[in-house]
Amino acid sequence: MLQSFIQNIFNALQWGSFYSLIALGYCLVYGVLLLINFAHGDIFMVGAYIAFYVCMLFLGKFGIIPGMPGWLVLALAVPLTMMLTAVVGVTLERVAYRPLRRKGVNRLYVVITALMCGLILEHANLALLGASRRSFPTLIPTTVYNIAGVNITNVKMGVILVAILAFFFLRFVVVKTKIGMAMRAISYDRFAVPLMGIPADSVIVFTFVLGSGFAGLAGLLFAVTYPVLDPYMGALIGWKAFIAAVVGGIGSIRGAFAGGFLLGFVEIMVVAFFPSTLRDLIAFTILLLILSVKPTGLFGVARRTKI
Amino acid sequence: MKQYTIPALLALLLAVLVFVSMTGAMNVYWQSVLMFMGINIILSSSLNIINGNMGEFSCGHAGFMAVGAYVSSVLSVLLFAEGSVFGEALLPPHLAVFLFPFILVAGGVAASLVGLLVAVPSFRTRGDYLAIITIAAAYIVKSTIENINAIGGARGFMGMSKVTAAMNTTADLPWMIIWVFLGTVFSVWLIRRFIFSTLGNGVNAVCQDEIAAEIMSVNTNQVKMTAFMVSCGLAGIAGALFAHVLGYVNPGSFTILKSTEVMVMVYLGGMGSLSGSVLSAILITLLMEALRPLQIIKWIVIPLLLVLLMQFRPEGIMGNRELSDIFPGLKKFYRLKG
Repeated sequence: MLQSFIQNIFNALQWGSFYSLIALGYCLVYGVLLLINFAHGDIFMVGAYIAFYVCMLFLGKFGIIPGMPGWLVLALAVPLTMMLTAVVGVTLERVAYRPLRRKGVNRLYVVITALMCGLILEHANLALLGASRRSFPTLIPTTVYNIAGVNITNVKMGVILVAILAFFFLRFVVVKTKIGMAMRAISYDRFAVPLMGIPADSVIVFTFVLGSGFAGLAGLLFAVTYPVLDPYMGALIGWKAFIAAVVGGIGSIRGAFAGGFLLGFVEIMVVAFFPSTLRDLIAFTILLLILSVKPTGLFGVARRTKI
Repeated sequence: MKQYTIPALLALLLAVLVFVSMTGAMNVYWQSVLMFMGINIILSSSLNIINGNMGEFSCGHAGFMAVGAYVSSVLSVLLFAEGSVFGEALLPPHLAVFLFPFILVAGGVAASLVGLLVAVPSFRTRGDYLAIITIAAAYIVKSTIENINAIGGARGFMGMSKVTAAMNTTADLPWMIIWVFLGTVFSVWLIRRFIFSTLGNGVNAVCQDEIAAEIMSVNTNQVKMTAFMVSCGLAGIAGALFAHVLGYVNPGSFTILKSTEVMVMVYLGGMGSLSGSVLSAILITLLMEALRPLQIIKWIVIPLLLVLLMQFRPEGIMGNRELSDIFPGLKKFYRLKG
């Protein structure tokens, strides 16, 4: 009983890591622009596909370059996937969001555009690459460590570790660096910031680079853990991560991180102790209850409206 | 006399529709396109109350639609169709026509009660947090339906075509066309009355500035509650019609993609414009059918259109104006302002 409980805690940590990594991206963009980037889940999906093609390339499956050993492929794939996914995110920002922001239209229109961009990414992928699922190649052999009856794989540990490192890295960037200060300044008052000589657009682009890069990383890790890719994989997990970010208190890095793990825990524990079809029902009911009791989320601070 | 022009025209339209579908001048495909058009009009104009007039962002309309669809389907199958799930029909089949409106209303009432799930949290939150609550509510509804085995769970629920067949025992008319038409007219009429009533002005005031509205003695909680319940109830009626037109429902038809489709209609038509929602529902339905040969590309073209629309005409087709603002001559046919 205790062993299965601890086992489930590890499973939940791994599952929550994905939610956390995606939620962090939502949170960064929301924190700076007050924009719900609904395309983020699909950027995660694109990240997984990019990781797939990058790995296939380095494994020599396309015949352009000779095959390399798995660990080297993984080491090369991480930065490359993050960069390429960041390019996708920044392209979206440049093509779709920035012109709207320049016009100063209602925030809602940008949200709609984001939602539509997500749909375009999903279906363009479906149209270009076909509906057949792709199976991700095995890069590193899975080693199972058995500690007192609890099975931990190296992949699982890696995922959890990466999520925690990503959290500390992002927290460091936002709290300690100059550009992080600029990001916080934009979220505080978007109109005063350019007057202070801060290049708001580059800061926003940097935010998208960070958010999309980590979505790409999440995509890579997800593909390594669950090696089946399909174009709709991003939609559901993206919506859920978004809900997790809000429950944690959107706009707060700590909140997004905690919210992701909370959702992971709830889902895994529900599956462990109830029929698995009840997973969404119980998870969302709990989240709805949390939001009804604490509407700004766990770590969120209510913005006071001045009259 | 002029105030009778529109009812007379609508009655004429209904008569023509029934006539052409009975004589076979309009084939079954076009009949179903027209019926889906009516359902889409109800959906988009009802979502327009929340997303347009009240300025909230609800992404869970499909969830309320699902409630209406399932409640009405279960009721009508229970009462009028014999099947493996509920056994013998409880009432003789010739009553089906007379009781069907009540079944529709029951679906609507059930959906508006589930709408409370969203309406009550909306007292304290708005904007992005409320958007989440609507998504979560839609997921909860879908997942609840999937977990009730008595109504088929994820496999879906069928038997409604027996009920529509039972209606023909009373009189051999294309009943579903008539019901969809009446439902659409009723919904648009109700929404128009609601939006131009005092409560409806309250809805617009909440959109503009909630605090100022409250100071001006608008009971914001009452306004929000009514708006959500009316909107969700009409979505439920649309769902009930949807279920009976198709004769089959499954939870997979009520995903976020369905909600997104309705949102596209609202924003294409223009936020807060009832005639805009109606127009864009008609347009989108036709566009969807016209693009059907493109298959998956359809779902790239439509979002792309909306992205372009947001770039170049973000206020949608009508902005927040009504048809009568553009053609003032129409005003003499209406009695209400608008």
